Amino acid sequence: MWLLLKYTLLYASVLALVALGGMFSERSGVINIALEGIMVVGGLIGVVMINLLNAAGIPVFLGVLLAILISGVAGAVYSSLLAFSAVNLKADQTIGGTALNLLATALAVVIAKRINGTDSPKISYNANTNKVLNNLHFSFQIGPLTLNWFIVVAIVALIAAWFILYRTRFGMRLMACGEHPQAADSVGINVYKMRWCGVLISGFLGGIGGMAYIVPAVGDWNFEMGVAGMGFLALAVMIFGQWKPMGIAAAALFFAVFRAMANIFDSIAFLNALNWPKEIYNMMPFIASMVVLAFTSKKSRAPKAEGIPYDKGSR
Amino acid sequence: MADYVIEMLNITKEFPGIKANDNVTLQLKRGEIHALLGENGAGKSTLMSVLFGLYQPEAGTIKKDGKVVEIRNPNDATALHIGMVHQHFKLVECFTVLDNIILGAEPCNGLVVDRARARKRVVELSERYGLKVDPDARIEDISVGMQQRVEILKMLYRDNEVLIFDEPTAVLTPQEIDELMQIMRGFKAEGKSILFITHKLAEIKAVADRCSVLRKGKYMGTVEVADTSVEEMSRLMVGRDVQLVSTKEEAKPGEEILKVENLTVPSKVHKNNAVKSVSLEVHAGEIVCLAGIEGNGQTEFVYALTGLEKPSEGTITLCGQDITKMPIRGRSKLGMSHIPEDRHKHGLVLDYSLENNMVLQRYWEKEFQRAGFIKSREVRAYSDRLIEQYDVRSGQGSTTIARSMSGGNQQKAIVAREIDKDPQLLIAVQPTRGLDVGAIEYIHKQIIAQRDAGKAVLLVSLELDEVMNLSDRILVMYEGEIVGEFDPKTTDVQTLGLYMAGAKRKDKEG
Amino acid sequence: MSKKNTAPRLGSAVGGIGSLLASLTCILVGLVIGFVVLLVLGWITLAQDGNSLTFGQMLTKTWNSGFKAILSGGFYSTANAMGMGVRTEILQAAPLVMTGLSVAFAFKTGLFNIGAAGQYTVGAYFALYSAIVMKLPWWACLLAAALGGAIWGSIPGLFKAFLNVNEVITSIMFNWIGLYAVNTLIYQGGTGVMFNTNTTKTYTIKQASPGSLLPTFNVGIGGKDYFGAMFLPTIGIFIAVAVAVVVWVVLNKTTFGYELKACGHNKDAAKYAGINDKKNIVLSMTIAGALAGLGAGLFYLSGSKEWEPLVSTALPAVGFNGISVALLASSNPVGCIFSALFIAHITVGGGFMDASVFPGEVSDIISGVVIYLCAFSLLFKSGILKFFTRKPKTVSPENGKEREA
Repeated sequence: MWLLLKYTLLYASVLALVALGGMFSERSGVINIALEGIMVVGGLIGVVMINLLNAAGIPVFLGVLLAILISGVAGAVYSSLLAFSAVNLKADQTIGGTALNLLATALAVVIAKRINGTDSPKISYNANTNKVLNNLHFSFQIGPLTLNWFIVVAIVALIAAWFILYRTRFGMRLMACGEHPQAADSVGINVYKMRWCGVLISGFLGGIGGMAYIVPAVGDWNFEMGVAGMGFLALAVMIFGQWKPMGIAAAALFFAVFRAMANIFDSIAFLNALNWPKEIYNMMPFIASMVVLAFTSKKSRAPKAEGIPYDKGSR
Repeated sequence: MADYVIEMLNITKEFPGIKANDNVTLQLKRGEIHALLGENGAGKSTLMSVLFGLYQPEAGTIKKDGKVVEIRNPNDATALHIGMVHQHFKLVECFTVLDNIILGAEPCNGLVVDRARARKRVVELSERYGLKVDPDARIEDISVGMQQRVEILKMLYRDNEVLIFDEPTAVLTPQEIDELMQIMRGFKAEGKSILFITHKLAEIKAVADRCSVLRKGKYMGTVEVADTSVEEMSRLMVGRDVQLVSTKEEAKPGEEILKVENLTVPSKVHKNNAVKSVSLEVHAGEIVCLAGIEGNGQTEFVYALTGLEKPSEGTITLCGQDITKMPIRGRSKLGMSHIPEDRHKHGLVLDYSLENNMVLQRYWEKEFQRAGFIKSREVRAYSDRLIEQYDVRSGQGSTTIARSMSGGNQQKAIVAREIDKDPQLLIAVQPTRGLDVGAIEYIHKQIIAQRDAGKAVLLVSLELDEVMNLSDRILVMYEGEIVGEFDPKTTDVQTLGLYMAGAKRKDKEG
Repeated sequence: MSKKNTAPRLGSAVGGIGSLLASLTCILVGLVIGFVVLLVLGWITLAQDGNSLTFGQMLTKTWNSGFKAILSGGFYSTANAMGMGVRTEILQAAPLVMTGLSVAFAFKTGLFNIGAAGQYTVGAYFALYSAIVMKLPWWACLLAAALGGAIWGSIPGLFKAFLNVNEVITSIMFNWIGLYAVNTLIYQGGTGVMFNTNTTKTYTIKQASPGSLLPTFNVGIGGKDYFGAMFLPTIGIFIAVAVAVVVWVVLNKTTFGYELKACGHNKDAAKYAGINDKKNIVLSMTIAGALAGLGAGLFYLSGSKEWEPLVSTALPAVGFNGISVALLASSNPVGCIFSALFIAHITVGGGFMDASVFPGEVSDIISGVVIYLCAFSLLFKSGILKFFTRKPKTVSPENGKEREA
């Protein structure tokens, strides 16, 4: 049972981080379907940093902190491609995001292969390779329960997101841009700037989320499979959470249970007895998301202006 | 020399292919109410957007208190204490009244928005100027009138001394209009200066000191309102004498074409029903007008009639057939034509060519298709005929993309399409919204011609002039109910206004 | 109205040229970026190996062992023995035309079919099952593939029409569900009827049911057969071209196409005109799915590849490349033929690069860049159009504003 809790919290933190990212972007009016790709980029740069920092020989705690931070920055830098096309060039946001998803996987494979110098797109960062800084440092024990630092990051991000959105001037203006950009513009709010901010924040959180997905769970990663749809699940979490931080927290936990089952079903007696193939468990979170969306979508209230490029000239 | 608070000198603003403002000059005296008069498309809103920093002019200067200023964005305008109530309110619907007022000028306590301080200020302002609002209500839950008060409070909150009102009366009842004018006079007494955009001459007469006139982007001059007759101003605005009243023969109502009984339509926005148990009949050869303020259920009523929405109760009968549950296409086949309220949303497929739009209601008829294949030659011929007959002007005739046409010609195309179907019942919803006088006259003539040809016409309009002019019978709708029936010859605008505002009601005759 | 009929087709012709030039611009920029990526990769690799080359030598190396292969595609000299390269290229182009058509068809109805990958996967399962297990003739297998794709495509359509769930989200979710389901069904813990435990792949169609393989063809050039007997291309590409033409006719000449496009441009106006928008959404997604499924049939019934349920952890790229194909073609069905050939060309060429220096995925990067650029290619297009047409538009200023409610 502790194992189930471990993986549930692990995936919940991933989903919450990425979905919060999506929330900031969509609240500012930009649909961010590129979360999947942003996660790949964040994850790739994160593990590359682990290996680089390891070579640099800096203290473990600082290394962990730096690697997490830089994965976020990488995500933000990559998301700027979305911001540029969606905000400045007023491109179709869904198509632009899709392009970034495809591009991210291709880039990650090419880079991973080059780093390895071989045809293998797999990068390792586990303890067996005699590395000082490795994936175990991202986890810690509380009694029988293994937790990881990303859970802490996710909780901080949740509280910060709630505070920013509902208490600060920035949050109020951000939401105004996603609801009625013309109104925001007419009171002197720079809609382009706010939307850039929204997308960049989503890139930062998405990047960290990508690292949170691959580092604490396993010791090496094959970048050919990207992040296996986790970014898209995060979108479903965001919708299910109704673009609200606390809703997202709850939705993330809900989906994380399903996702965690795929990892540990063979160590839970009654699930093991069912003798279902692993693929069924892999499918579950996606099916769950469709069921949930089917029942909630009619009541769903997305930011009104999301997906519509804002053009200052046309009014 | 007069004390001008704002001077806009020789302003020219161009859009691709059109000069929206051509060398326009506007001088606003301190403490006056200055009307800006012009038809739809004359460039009034463009000029005000230039003053408010939403557009940059190609040529010309703006002076505030005699000094040349540059207004690059709304922030600059606010810094100069210029504020604007936009025609389409710029309010965030899911925000509270308070948040909308302070948005962009939030008082902060460190990082946190200080809502307590903001609230005190807003309550104070709303009491001082008699602008009653509930600071905690959400915009989506309050009436249009209150939304306008929120917009006005937005300006006051920013200590604006130059107040621009862009067509503020379009959404109000005559009584609310009086109230607004009272408020405007109050501002004037406090030394604030007001620019009041309108195309309604009576309102100018009632409240304005001076009036500047624009026509097709050009400045026609400024007059003292007290010394100028309505006819003179109208001539300045349109450039010719306007036949303000359409002439029509006495109606000869025939058999009953449309009968609606106890129709109830649920609302998509709130929990109440949008239309509550409405009954009415329309006969052949008469124009029945449904009057009322925007948002009192007319839209939903028409949607239910035409099949765009499902009523929850009641029956609709067209030419003796129950059509309550009939799909849209079936109603159309039975002889219902519909000139929709929003020509861009419903009336046209803007990215289709004009010819494809002309057959939008008929492409499936034998005349235009064989075995599922469209007969493009017949479509072209039909479209060319309608263009000719109804004088629809466009760049490339039938192949013009509808989006590139002017609003008036788009509307003419819709009118042509709907009338040429030879309907039994013509439903026309705000058929002249946003059009210039020429197009309005034309469409009014067409509607009357339909009536004289023995068709039943149901007209839905917000414009009381149009209502009085065209209709043979007037039904007033208020909060989803019909609260009165009138004969246009024996009633007046003031009376209608009382019913439209819900101040009075009477049970329907007969 | 004296102007009647003076310029009947000019508008659309100029629009077409604009789209074409915009697409070519996208391709050009994509290729330039691809070249730069190769240059950087080569430089890093050689630096790792301790070789230092001058910039000029670097350029030559990148060109010769990398970029030249991408540009030559299937015609790359060393790889095209007995027409093998060209065969691979048209083999890959056929399903790409179909996924491109799938995406383009949905676009015309205002839907974004990002689910072509999943529909393709399910189509592949139907094709393989009807071939290996049911041993049906090839044309029946193709129909089965289309049916599989249609079923999978109809789901997002139904969700959109009746539950108001965005088709993009549903398509994405059902991509993954489809992939996992097909893997499970084929593998079944090693006991699947189609699963060959020796190869860990599905049985080859050639052994199981030769009659299910698509017919092949050859061309004679200079009295000799161009393709070697072992590398005969199938008629898949001709089927794809024929379907593209049919789709074009349906969209442009029929009332059904008129209705679909009306829904795509303006759902409300379509409803107002009595068009059943829900029916059209479902139909459009179903047909889009059928097109993608048929694409899978064209590929797997050529017998050159089997399904590997144990290692197929990623969605088939041909599904997503369909988006590039459709965008490059501006959703024009006939244009899809050419853009699919282009994407197949660079993908095949990418595989012929010197893999020790240049990973083949560089062509995926080019494809991704092309989609990214296409997302705002309208910008290029309007720029190009302005250059061609100097006619002022008739839009009055306040009408422009009125829309902005």
